[in-house]
Amino acid sequence: MNNFQVAIIGGGVIGSAIARELSKYKLDVAVFEMGSDVASGTSKANSGVVHSGINSPSSSLKARFCIEGNKMFQVLANELGFPLRWVGKYVIAKNEEEVYELERLKKVGISNSVPGLKIIDRSEVKNEEPNVSCFKALWVPTAGITLPYQFTMALAENAAENNVRFFLETKVTGLKKQKNLFLIKTNNGDFQAELVVNAAGLNCMEVVSMLEKPDFQLYPCRGEYLVLDKNYSSLINSMIYPVPVKELGVLGVHISPTIEGNILLGPSAEFIDDPYDKKTTDETMKNLFQEAKEIIPSLPDKAVINAYSGIRCKLASPESGGWADYRIEESKNMPGFINLLGIESPGLTAAPAIAKEIIKMISCLIELKKKNSFKSRRHRRKRFSEMSAEEQSTLIKKDERWGRIVCRCEHVTEAEVIEALSNPIGANAISSVKYRSRAGMGRCQGGFCTQHIVRIMEEHFNIDVTDIKLKSPNSNLFYGRNRGGSK
Amino acid sequence: MIYHSADVVVIGGGPAGLAAAISAKKSGAEHVVLLDRNSWLGGILPQCIHDGFGVEETGVSMTGPEYAEKYIEVAEKQDIVMMKETVVLQFDKKLEIIAVNKTGLHQIKASAIVLAMGCRERTRWNVMIPGDRPSGIYTAGVAQAFINLYNIMPGKNVIILGSGDVGLIMARRLKFEGANVLGVVEVLPYVSGLPRNVVQCLEDYDIPLFLNHKVICINGRERVEQVIIAQVDEKMNVIYGTEKKIGCDTLLLSLGLIPENELAKNVGIEIDSSTGGPTVNQYFETTLSGVFACGNCLQVYDTVDVLVNDAKNAGKSAAKNSVIQKKNKKVVTKVLPGRGVRYVVPQIISEPGKVHFTLRAEKPRESSVLYVIADNKELLKKRLPWANPANIIGIDIDIPSELMIRTCNLEVMLGDC
Repeated sequence: MNNFQVAIIGGGVIGSAIARELSKYKLDVAVFEMGSDVASGTSKANSGVVHSGINSPSSSLKARFCIEGNKMFQVLANELGFPLRWVGKYVIAKNEEEVYELERLKKVGISNSVPGLKIIDRSEVKNEEPNVSCFKALWVPTAGITLPYQFTMALAENAAENNVRFFLETKVTGLKKQKNLFLIKTNNGDFQAELVVNAAGLNCMEVVSMLEKPDFQLYPCRGEYLVLDKNYSSLINSMIYPVPVKELGVLGVHISPTIEGNILLGPSAEFIDDPYDKKTTDETMKNLFQEAKEIIPSLPDKAVINAYSGIRCKLASPESGGWADYRIEESKNMPGFINLLGIESPGLTAAPAIAKEIIKMISCLIELKKKNSFKSRRHRRKRFSEMSAEEQSTLIKKDERWGRIVCRCEHVTEAEVIEALSNPIGANAISSVKYRSRAGMGRCQGGFCTQHIVRIMEEHFNIDVTDIKLKSPNSNLFYGRNRGGSK
Repeated sequence: MIYHSADVVVIGGGPAGLAAAISAKKSGAEHVVLLDRNSWLGGILPQCIHDGFGVEETGVSMTGPEYAEKYIEVAEKQDIVMMKETVVLQFDKKLEIIAVNKTGLHQIKASAIVLAMGCRERTRWNVMIPGDRPSGIYTAGVAQAFINLYNIMPGKNVIILGSGDVGLIMARRLKFEGANVLGVVEVLPYVSGLPRNVVQCLEDYDIPLFLNHKVICINGRERVEQVIIAQVDEKMNVIYGTEKKIGCDTLLLSLGLIPENELAKNVGIEIDSSTGGPTVNQYFETTLSGVFACGNCLQVYDTVDVLVNDAKNAGKSAAKNSVIQKKNKKVVTKVLPGRGVRYVVPQIISEPGKVHFTLRAEKPRESSVLYVIADNKELLKKRLPWANPANIIGIDIDIPSELMIRTCNLEVMLGDC
């Protein structure tokens, strides 16, 4: 079937949240994602922070959706089984002067009804965060952390369980409106839809220009991150932010704990021309470390186990201060073409609220009927490493694959790898396993588990080794067999 | 939970673990258990299909699988309990081990534990190589496993970063399989692998070697397309203008090995920051009484022959520990690496007598003198024709009982003649 009522372009957090919300209704919905999995762009590479709403002016969409979204997270986490922890954050002032900035943030926060904000002294910070050096700090209790890719995957997988079709490795190459239908050209065939939702993130402008002349410009802004070994997880308890870098419209290099116990340093902010240039650079990696060391002087030198970067989709140039509000609107010239433009931070937090807004917009265009069969809960089993000895023993007795450790650093079992590869959206890259099960995310970075995952892909899923991909359609791992070799 | 007990439990079934288990058994430990996470024994050896193993030990050059087989056979005959596909999750100060395999969770109460977990490879992020994050970046050992254990070709046009032994051997191996090996890039002014491997793996196959070079960028959005290398000065800073772009689809990393000691760290065993392995005394006992360490988790050895020799001694000590009461150690002497020396093992001496030391030089040098100084007195002075960090230096020192009357330091240094 190639006809849908709603076609969503982009399987990032926004597209997936909209898909999940739409899956509550009697509709045929498709999501087109050019990557090999959902969350393969900016939704994967960010800080994973559930923001409180102290950073955007009260009248903005950013503030509105951030605050609404923040309040929805706990329920979603319970339903969908993605990890979430309300660790809170400190915005720290290094000197007297920066305290004014804390007061300004507190004022914005209060006008946005963010609860529990208070400015505290160095000694109070020291009590909670003995490794942090600062003058004063703003405590923000309603900020939390999640795993952004698992959040996105949970939304997408629940949507798929409720009959949304996900087309991975499917890039939309052309859009045309014919009468009341949109014709959608992709590398995987042609489709039709009554409504098109452009949630293409950094590709939003490319998608718009398939139908009309864009009235905006994109300013991709790269942020690099460093990931520290879990051995250092005790360095901080909450997120530690500097005062925001106003000139660039970003929040600045912060230090955050992650759900899994690694510490994240970043992101940098660098406006770049090429929205796909996700390189990490020597200079920035060094600077990130230096900046973080100013906040935590005891940061160890050899702690980095990984580095990555993500690209912010900004609608404002650095010259104009880098700040612009989201644009969430139906095209004036093309009814039924809904665009989400410039969804950068706090986009992850805002996603569930934005999805609700899109449903409201769609309900004005087509009739929405709730379906009774909607399953709001997504089954999520605890990870082997989180289980009690009793739970572990019981599972191994039932299925010996729970007793085979595939990833030695993160203690991921064969059963969990198989479960990850059996996901309802059909993602089967090495990274699909990694981001679902954590196999390969530890300090050896896949040195031990890659061969076992490859074996499982061959044995249990009949995937030919030449088709095994790292993370994207052309990221093949292997060139076939040795000379004269066979399986 | 399935409960067991044993006199000696060896964690890791590579060459060190096998040698230690066999030796423990021979030295009187009755019930010896060997745990390994793989479905095979021998650790990394089965994927090392080149020869050169066992030359120093037996005079016969064997391949890795042949060498491993020799030890596995002996272990099997000796009634050592070998649990494969078994991962140790943790052990505590009472030497109770929690391990998991397909039959369930196991708790093993040990009288002595021998750590033989081996090492892992340093990754791209240990040296922070900037650039894209495409597929086609493999550590040399992982590529070796794919080619030699699974018949899978990981690349066609290959650059190798780092001149450690695994990297050199892989250069030749890939060439055999028809790949283009475009060069070996080493940041140091000298090769870090064994000299024999430079001749047999690079020179014999005309593979270019770029000394004083490093990879400054990896390009390729999905698969590696190009790496940029550049020359560095004495301070390891890039000399601008020397950049070379090399088109390739694969980057192999042979950046050295890190002793794998997460289990030891978790239970609070002291780790020597220069070896990366536990601090041990001359009996290979760690700072946790009853726990011994050997093999590449103690220090990264360059040949298996030297490694098993130490491992056998560790196994023997573990067996003795499990049958006799531990002596009270009142006085200990610390062994410190001095000028010109990267590290020395053991780091602690707890009894006088003949002690075998292994050490590594800081950098390659011509004829040198090895000094051992205790309490400002020269304990030993020995001429060495040459010293190279790639080759471990072994030396026996008689520790006089006078030295053990009070706690003091012993310093090992390398100087010019």
